[in-house]
Amino acid sequence: MYRYDEFDHTIVKERVTEFTGQVKRRLAGELTEDEFKPLRLMNGLYLQLHAYMLRVAIPYGTLSGTQMRMLAHVARKYDKGYGHFTTRQNIQYNWPKLKDVPDILADLATVEMHAIQTSGNCIRNVTSDQYAGVAAGEIDDPRVWAEILRQWSTFHPEYTFLPRKFKIAVTGHSNDRAAIKMHDVGIIIVEGENGEPAFDIYAGGGQGRTPMVAHLVGEKIAARDLLHFMDAIMRVYNMHGRRDNLYKARIKILVHALGAEEFARQVKEEFAKGGAGDDLKLPDGEIERIRAYFAPPAYETLTDSDADYEKALAEDKAFAQWARTNLADHKVPGYALVNVSLKPIGGIAGDASDAQMDAVADLAETFSFDEVRVTHEQNLTLPDVKKSDLYEVWKRLDAALLATPNIGLISDMIVCPGLDYCDLANARSISIGQMISERFADLDKEHDIGELKVKISGCINACGHHHVGHIGILGVDKKGVEFYQVTLGGSADENAAVGDIVGPAFTEEQIVGAIETIVETFVANRRDGEIFLDTYRRIGIDPFKETLYAAA
Amino acid sequence: MPLLKDGVAVSDDKWVRVDDDADLPEDCHALISMTRWLKDRDALLTRNKPIGVALESSDNPDEIMDDLDRFGLIAVDFPLFKDGRGFSYGRLIRHRGKFEGELRATGGVLVDQLHYLARCGYDAVDGDDRITEAAWAEANSRFSVVYQPTGDGQKTALQRRHGG
Repeated sequence: MYRYDEFDHTIVKERVTEFTGQVKRRLAGELTEDEFKPLRLMNGLYLQLHAYMLRVAIPYGTLSGTQMRMLAHVARKYDKGYGHFTTRQNIQYNWPKLKDVPDILADLATVEMHAIQTSGNCIRNVTSDQYAGVAAGEIDDPRVWAEILRQWSTFHPEYTFLPRKFKIAVTGHSNDRAAIKMHDVGIIIVEGENGEPAFDIYAGGGQGRTPMVAHLVGEKIAARDLLHFMDAIMRVYNMHGRRDNLYKARIKILVHALGAEEFARQVKEEFAKGGAGDDLKLPDGEIERIRAYFAPPAYETLTDSDADYEKALAEDKAFAQWARTNLADHKVPGYALVNVSLKPIGGIAGDASDAQMDAVADLAETFSFDEVRVTHEQNLTLPDVKKSDLYEVWKRLDAALLATPNIGLISDMIVCPGLDYCDLANARSISIGQMISERFADLDKEHDIGELKVKISGCINACGHHHVGHIGILGVDKKGVEFYQVTLGGSADENAAVGDIVGPAFTEEQIVGAIETIVETFVANRRDGEIFLDTYRRIGIDPFKETLYAAA
Repeated sequence: MPLLKDGVAVSDDKWVRVDDDADLPEDCHALISMTRWLKDRDALLTRNKPIGVALESSDNPDEIMDDLDRFGLIAVDFPLFKDGRGFSYGRLIRHRGKFEGELRATGGVLVDQLHYLARCGYDAVDGDDRITEAAWAEANSRFSVVYQPTGDGQKTALQRRHGG
């Protein structure tokens, strides 16, 4: 993992001092809420329906056990005993008191954490693949580049008042688990000259009310030029992105209006000008310096199969069921990636209690080289577990109610906070997710349905990623009544696509039945080996329309 | 409106803003719009007295990049603190164009932006009553480490790590 040096520490400490002063001025009445708003929004502090909400950054979703324990401490001491992991790989606390926020930030700073740039019209926390560094077939470790981007984008003097927020995701793998094409900028590491990593850079993706898939604007950009090329993209956007309409201010609108080709031409023209009195080329040794932080841990030399693990699989059906869905292949023989589900049946997607966070921290320290990842699908991953430890890890996860065997299945939903917390929401999301999860609680049935990504947003801002759900659900308000619009066929992976609206929206009473009808239609039409998305792409939307609306 | 130059309050601003439809006074430091400069450029190039241009946030500074050495002052308007185009304009004018005159931010800038303005090449601010000498000094001493090179001469964390 990256570790702060004196410079990183100093910046975060100085930021805590600055924000503490701003909170003091607000509490003393020297600042009105209107004046305080832009200041708190620079630091991840929102005012929601019932209380302040503090969003804490987890750079590229990577945490140590100590950091996870600190997140538990914050939940216990300053909040109601839980936190909510988000699609940006961050964590949100829903009930902090304003007077406590400086103390929370000071506590976080002791473990190299902060809330910098988790809100506001700036470059947000850079996200990445939760399997970074451990997945077989990876071209390069995206954390190296995400860290380089993190430093470059932190308190960037030129790009802190952009037309709108700006989200960057990086992956080093051809299987995209970071939804990079749905980001303002998505970066895929590819093989460059002489075996060096290079970057394919996509721009103009995003969700919200105008969902768009990003376009390739820079091909095989050399490693040393990464920041310089990003700077060119940011400058073109900062100067030419729309500022007259909040809803048309994201970079996707600029890319769309200019055309991807013209946008790319402008970026390349700006890039060719060679910067603005700066030198953004990474100096010799810097890439290696950062890379050293992400060196593989001291893996043991093992055979890939483990007798005790095989025995447990054969004897314990529940363990086998969990292993089937919640494990992923590790690049090192004898190790596995463990996905920790934060989607218990009938629970709140992404929520974890302080005790659960402590339990995961224990497991990371004991069994996974002291590392935890947060996934954009609102789960956690222990990246480096020996197969011989899996049975023990599972038992401990199960005891902490963290072993729901549903990764990638219908009950593993992305769900935004919705009207229960969010002042932008039109409808509740959490309760819809809970009802769907309970309706499909039969695990054999879930396994039979197979991979199916359901994503729920409580409003058109699409924080629940409904546009890219295999089944997407969008809460809308019609004259004070909550309705749910359904889209089908969306995807956030390397074949990213925006879903198609299936027809008129459903009421709260109808929505779960509608999802069931969609699933039944899939099951009736699927061919061997197909998942929902395959079948949908083969048969199209009409069979679903028919079964959903035929009776009407 | 208080004016700060290099962090010091200036009570008598020698620059006089001249409207687009007004005659240009012969003997003064005249600040004109960028639009007027582009329109009357040939005639204005023969003028011997100091001239400055004022940019709206919708103006494109690329259009005056070849003329920078003609100006004693470039003033960039920030209509709202949220409108951050001026930060890029500052970088282009000061750091790419090597403009050596006064670069002044005007309009709705916040105290909390002064550090960013300085890093983007601004040496003067003409804002509201909160933009004081003390505020400028505090804003520019709060952070002792920066990550980005901007051409303002500050050593970055990266340069310091690599012994620069």
